[in-house]
Order: sequence, then C-alpha cells, then structure tokens
Amino acid sequence: MLKRNDPLVRLTGSGICRNGRWLVRGVDLAVQSGEIVTLIGPNGSGKSTTAKMALGVLKPTEGSVTQRQGLKSAYVPQKVAIDWTLPLRVDGLMRLTQNLSDADMHAALDSTGAAHLLKREVRHLSGGEFQRVMLARAVARKPDFLVLDEPVQGVDFAGEIALYDLIKQVRDQTGCGILMVSHDLHMVMAATDQVICLNGHVCCQGTPETVAGSNAYKQLFGDRAGALALYQHHHDHQHLPDGRVQHVDGSVTDNCHPGDGHHHDGKTSMKRVAHGSFRIERDAG
Amino acid sequence: MLDDFFVRAIVAGLGIAAVTGPLGCFVVWRKLAYFGDTLAHAALLGVALSLLLNVHVTLAVFVVAITVALLLLALQKRSSLSSDALLGMLSHGSLAIGLLALAFMTWVRLDLMGLLFGDLLAVSKTDIALIYAGGAFVLAAIIWAWKPLFAITVNRDLAAAEGYNVAAYDVLLMLLLAAVVAVSIKIVGVMLITSLLIIPAGAARRVSSGPFMMAVLSAVIGGLSVLGGLYASLTFNTPSGPSVVAVALVLFVLGLALPVNRFTQEQNI
Repeated sequence: MLKRNDPLVRLTGSGICRNGRWLVRGVDLAVQSGEIVTLIGPNGSGKSTTAKMALGVLKPTEGSVTQRQGLKSAYVPQKVAIDWTLPLRVDGLMRLTQNLSDADMHAALDSTGAAHLLKREVRHLSGGEFQRVMLARAVARKPDFLVLDEPVQGVDFAGEIALYDLIKQVRDQTGCGILMVSHDLHMVMAATDQVICLNGHVCCQGTPETVAGSNAYKQLFGDRAGALALYQHHHDHQHLPDGRVQHVDGSVTDNCHPGDGHHHDGKTSMKRVAHGSFRIERDAG
Repeated sequence: MLDDFFVRAIVAGLGIAAVTGPLGCFVVWRKLAYFGDTLAHAALLGVALSLLLNVHVTLAVFVVAITVALLLLALQKRSSLSSDALLGMLSHGSLAIGLLALAFMTWVRLDLMGLLFGDLLAVSKTDIALIYAGGAFVLAAIIWAWKPLFAITVNRDLAAAEGYNVAAYDVLLMLLLAAVVAVSIKIVGVMLITSLLIIPAGAARRVSSGPFMMAVLSAVIGGLSVLGGLYASLTFNTPSGPSVVAVALVLFVLGLALPVNRFTQEQNI
C-alpha cells in the first residue's frame, strides 16, 4: 500500500502473460494526484491491459502494481456491450456502482452535454452519446483515480475538444490523477503531463514539454484543427509483422524488454514532427 | 386449506415462481441458460447420491450442484476448451453417472419420469416449508446483493475497477442457482427448471423499462404460468410440470404480439 503523497498507482516491471504470450511486459509507470498520463500505441500494444492492471482488474503475472490505500477509482472501459435482454436507462447506468442524488446526476450529465439523455435506453445511444454518459458517470463518482480507455471514441470533432477540456477541468477541480488511453496514435491531449508509448512494452515515455520545442508544442496542440500532431520515435529495435522483435544487433526475439541484452542504449527519444506517419525506426545507437 | 393437494400445488408453484423470476433475469442477462441446465442435470446425480447415502434429497442435490459449479470454475481457468463445451461435458457427464448410479441401485424403485419432469401435484407440507424457507433466503440474498450483482452483469471490468469483489459475487450467484435447483427439483423436475428461469424473464423483458421491474414482472409471469398450468392440468388431466411450462411459453408468445415500445417508451426531458 502506498501512503499519502506517494503516487496513486505505481506499476513496477509489470507484465501480463496469457497462454504463453506476453500481452504487455516491463511496464513502469506512476500516476500522481492531479496528473494526466496518456498511453498511446498501435492496436494490440497492451494499452487497455496496462490500464486494467493499474485498476487492479487484472493481476500482473510479473512485477507489481501498488495502489494508494483507500484509493477510489472510476473507469470508462473501452467497450461496453449492453445486451437487448438488459433494460437499462441512462439514469440506471449513472447509479450502477454508486448512490447519487438527482441533483448530482443532472450536474454530471450536464457537464458532458448529456443531460437530455437521462431517460433514454442505453443500448439506443449512439457511440458518442454513450461515451458522454460513461464519462459523466465516472465524473459523478468523484474519484481519486480516473481511468479513461479511449474516452472520445465516436465523439464528433467539436465534441472531442469539449470532452478533452472537460477532462482537464475535472483534473483541475478535483485534483484526481488520470490515466488515459488515447484512441488515436497521432493525437495526444494537450493537458497531458506524461506520455507513454506502448508496443508490448514501454517504447518511450516522457513529458510532452521535454520532447517538443515549446513553439512546436503550441503549434501542434494549441490549434488542433491544424496539422496532425505526431510522435516520431527513435527505436533501438524493429517490430516484425509476425510480432517478433528484431534488435539493432540483428537478433530476433519473441519479446522486447529492457535488460534482455539487446538494448545498448537505455534511453529512447521521442520527437514531435509536423507531418508524416507513425513510423518505427531503428536507432543507430 | 393446505390439506387439499391442488392448493398445496398452487402454493408451492407460486413460491418457486417468486424466486425463479428474479434469479432467471440474471440467468438471461448473463447468458447462463446452459449453466442452469447443467446444474439441473447434475441434480439427478444428487438424487442418486441421496438414495445411496440416505441423506435428504434437497441437501444432496444442493451439494452436487455446488460441486459441479465449482468444478466448472476450476476447469474454465485451466482448460483451453470453451465454456459451452465444458458445460456440455459436465451436464451430460453428471446426468449419465446419475442414471448409472440409479441403475445399480436395484433395490430402489424410482419414478424416473417424476424425477425428470417433477410432480407439482404430489407436493407435501414439508416441501412447501422448504420452498418458502429456501426461497426467502435466495430472495433476501438477491435484494441484498442487487447492486453489485447487477453492476457485474453490465460490465465485469467496470464493477471490479470500482471496488466490487467480482469473484465472490460470481460464487454467490452460483450458490443461489444451486439452491433454487435443489429446492425445486422434486416439484418441476430436472428438465423443466431452466424453463422456469428463462421463459418468464424473457416474457418480462418486453414489458419492462428497468432491471428491477423486469425481475418483479418475471416473478408475476411465472406465477401466472403456475396458475394457468395447474388449472389446465386439472381440467385436461395433463401432467402438471409441462402444463406450467407450456402456459409460460404461451405468455411469452403473447408478449411478442405487444407493440414494442408500448410500455418502455423512451422519453426525452
């Protein structure tokens, strides 16, 4: 258990192995109160798995996950399938794991622009409407630790910016720590304190400020209608199509994690560029 | 009043319907229909064991059902076979072993039909006491654990992340299902228990706007099925268990004829 002033959640060398395959391995991360940490990475890179480890939903096969004592978490999962057999309205969903006064429920739904959906059946909501309701539900919980797995999926562009603003506002007002999985490899919320790029392991991590010149940062994230915000990585290894990893020294392994003898330079760097695509490059060093 | 066999049948049937209704909603929501079937089939093995060891039928069935449920949990974790294949193996495996055990006990003369389809009209006062005691316990547990049980039904990860002990409530739900199977085996039989769990819940879905309402209506529809089925059984001299299930099915089909959003109208405010 972590004490006060320690991080809300800390993962140390955490990994999950299923049927002999590592979904994600060697994850080190900590989320502090008032901090927004964003996980990015391609499909199947272990973002959601990492988020579930941080929440305590999945137990790590190796490494450890430590939560602060009495931590109150709220979770917006990536996918929630509501079956036809389940009659569930928005107000019922809002009160799923918590008792909530009508006033608090309205206030939370209002803040995400979903107040008009109160009596609608959940399975009839559009993707964007559903995300707004899920976010309102999580916010109404007044959590210490908020985990958002692709919170703006299916939300239109204007709504996306509004929801990002809301997430920042929630952090500013409540001081909760937020772990967010980004739906978009290219786009990271401007208020993010720390970015972690996963691809079965932590490829690179750092604060946006340290990896980008401040001018470029403003240019890319201040006005999101402009060019896409991209991360270009410098890697010391290459991911082969079959999922194996080829290292700088030419060797091929099933996994990639620090300390396996293939990594010559412990530091990876992250550079933000204005144009281009997400590329995985070999680092000369 | 309870001296009349027909009154006893009605009282017992209503008692069972009151419990299978709400519990059946969870069975339908969580897609546990085949699981309920497996527990019911395992009940036959429980009956055989009760005769062999000379213990109370309900107790033996309860213990066997729990054992099968826990066995399934353990197998799901270790085996790479899919859940429904495992369920099929446990279901028919325990049914086969139960039938074999009964066949070996040549000194026992057993009404196999009664075991498979139950006999609502042969209910004793002790049976009624057992149904109402067990039923009250199961209903109390469902009401007590409603919020976590329902949250886990909607989304397991979400419920686990926000502090519910998902594994513990899964075991609780299995205990409740096993208890209901054990209590109702003598009355509705091995083959028909699952139908009392599923059909009223399915019929209630179309006229419900919320989960709690669906649980209550499911019990009501189950009760109506019992009344209608027993009346038909008396009038047309048909077997009681199948008559109850047939009436439940008729109510379900009638429900299909209702306009979709008549009772569950969505409203914007």
